[in-house]
Amino acid sequence: MAQITYVEAIRGALEDEMRRDDRVLVMGEDVGAKGGVFGATAGLFQEFGEERVIDTPLAEAAIVGVSIGCALAGLRPVAEIQFLDFIPPAMDQIINEAAKIRYRSNGDWSCPMVIRAPCGGGVHVHGALYHSQSLEALFAHVPGLKVVIPSTPADAKGLLLSAIRDPDPVCFFEHKALYRSLREEVPEGEHLVPIGKSRVAREGTDLSCITYGATVHEALTAAERMDRDGIEVEVLDLRTVRPLDREAIIATARKTGKVLVCHEANLAVGVGAEVAAIIAEECFQQLDAPVMRLGGPEIPAIPFAEPLAEVYCLGPDKIEARLRQLAAY
Amino acid sequence: MAVSESAPASAADLTQDQLRSMYRDMVLGRLLDERILVLNRQGRAPFAISGQGHEAAQVGVGYALRRGHDWLVPYYRDLTLVMVMGMEPRDHLMASLGRAPDPNSGARQMPGHYGSRAHNIVTTGSPVATQILHAVGVATAFKYRGEDKVVVTSVGEGGTSEGDWHEGLNWAAVHRLPVIFLVENNSYAISVPQSRQMAVAHVADRGPGYGMPSATVDGGDCLAVHAAAREAVDRARRGEGPTLLEAVCMRLQSHSSDDDQRRYRSPDDLAQMREHDPLERFRRQLEGFGVLSEGDADIVRQDCQRVIEAAQAEADAAAPPDPATALRHVYQEG
Repeated sequence: MAQITYVEAIRGALEDEMRRDDRVLVMGEDVGAKGGVFGATAGLFQEFGEERVIDTPLAEAAIVGVSIGCALAGLRPVAEIQFLDFIPPAMDQIINEAAKIRYRSNGDWSCPMVIRAPCGGGVHVHGALYHSQSLEALFAHVPGLKVVIPSTPADAKGLLLSAIRDPDPVCFFEHKALYRSLREEVPEGEHLVPIGKSRVAREGTDLSCITYGATVHEALTAAERMDRDGIEVEVLDLRTVRPLDREAIIATARKTGKVLVCHEANLAVGVGAEVAAIIAEECFQQLDAPVMRLGGPEIPAIPFAEPLAEVYCLGPDKIEARLRQLAAY
Repeated sequence: MAVSESAPASAADLTQDQLRSMYRDMVLGRLLDERILVLNRQGRAPFAISGQGHEAAQVGVGYALRRGHDWLVPYYRDLTLVMVMGMEPRDHLMASLGRAPDPNSGARQMPGHYGSRAHNIVTTGSPVATQILHAVGVATAFKYRGEDKVVVTSVGEGGTSEGDWHEGLNWAAVHRLPVIFLVENNSYAISVPQSRQMAVAHVADRGPGYGMPSATVDGGDCLAVHAAAREAVDRARRGEGPTLLEAVCMRLQSHSSDDDQRRYRSPDDLAQMREHDPLERFRRQLEGFGVLSEGDADIVRQDCQRVIEAAQAEADAAAPPDPATALRHVYQEG
């Protein structure tokens, strides 16, 4: 097995799947000769040609809408939106069209497609308000969509392969801070990670930290620090925020009785609220503390200057502080 | 047998049987549309959206396509066009009465939201012009697989103000895709006249801006529309890219059963429109060609009425959808 980065895992999964299945094509802004602004499609244009790796006009609704048409006509398109922040023009196509095609046709039509988009920011990303947002809750609210947010290179590959083969539309959000910061062994060839199944990133018995995406790594750092004081934190990486892995959420909550849910996205009406509600409904008797949440503050997005960005971002320190608060409850 | 010498060149490629069939399809579309409006007034069809006045344009375009081969991404006024593609009066009555066998959606959608995989009619929703991009994607798939299929997508002139329409035409022209953008321009988007929708006289004026051939045709002249559509379809099939085809139609009825166009259109305007009803124009034309004899039109009408009666009886007898099915088909099952 090779040690590769997160973005290399994405690129490799696209390449593998395009070699395996000639119905798969890729389209988006700058995905062709340049290979994408983050290099996620590097080399695909050269290998598969301009008919399969399509440099599109600068038009997000069209990237998604044309991909829908391709899917309706039997292809397996992978659409790239250059930054998740620029997906709003395509929301009509995603929410009113892709998500509803199977339901509104009573199962006559389906829309197997993937919408890839880099998301998230951080103190060192400098993406500011429009290159850093975590908008997954907008999509997680919509029946008909699946929403996947991998946290590791191996999951990025395995979940992307599953997403491309999925019979329904999948939103696949990649935290840009992970693209080149992580390197790990990723199985070569067929490596499928099922959509809707979480992963215990770290076992623990005292507290649970339920999270996903880049925040998984911050939570793991916080958990290691807690470990030095003899507090065992279990970290659950959701991997998929629609559908949620209810079983695993309930299992870890019942196991530890104390749960912190955290994510980089804005806290209010976020994915964490749904996770907390599941725990409240299903695990009330087993809880030793109220479910705690940690997420982005009530500002629109991550500001540019580092001192301001720090106010928004979580990081291991803030997560650790909340975990200690929870432990002391 | 070809049509007589008095027929215009635009009808030259059509046989007498085809011309009669075109007329019958127009009449069937009109009478079914009228029936649905009656059912709405009776309180039996909760919602109706009419295509009356668009039949000639829809038949003209529909007969330029290869049924079972080419694709259609329609909009809500395309009752006659979806029937040319293969749907039946029964299908639309099932949808209008909210019956389980509605092939468009199993009675999940409002009537007029067409879709049928069996007939290559892509499922459609309510947002205006989103379907334009789907047609561009369908055409992308045709081109990618090297197929000689074409796709027609339609919209009203109001829909051409949407961003998706612009994005779709631009993309299709860049990639020279086999798609025909049909605009059924009936002068009104609900109540807003064309002059408040665009600053150009014709939607087709925009064609050159996209680097795309375009044409404005009289949508009340079935054969003129057919000739223009044939040209566009042939061009697309030859791999020479998309066409913007504007058919100037008339909206004989209000926007929908929840609208009353007498509130924003003058009585003269409405009366004048009736005098140019495309069905009557086509009947007179075919009688002039000797394709229809005196009394033939009545026979066609009676035959269509019988079909509609039988279809309505079937829809009346059909069951509404089982509530237990409401949760199905959100994702692939099994």
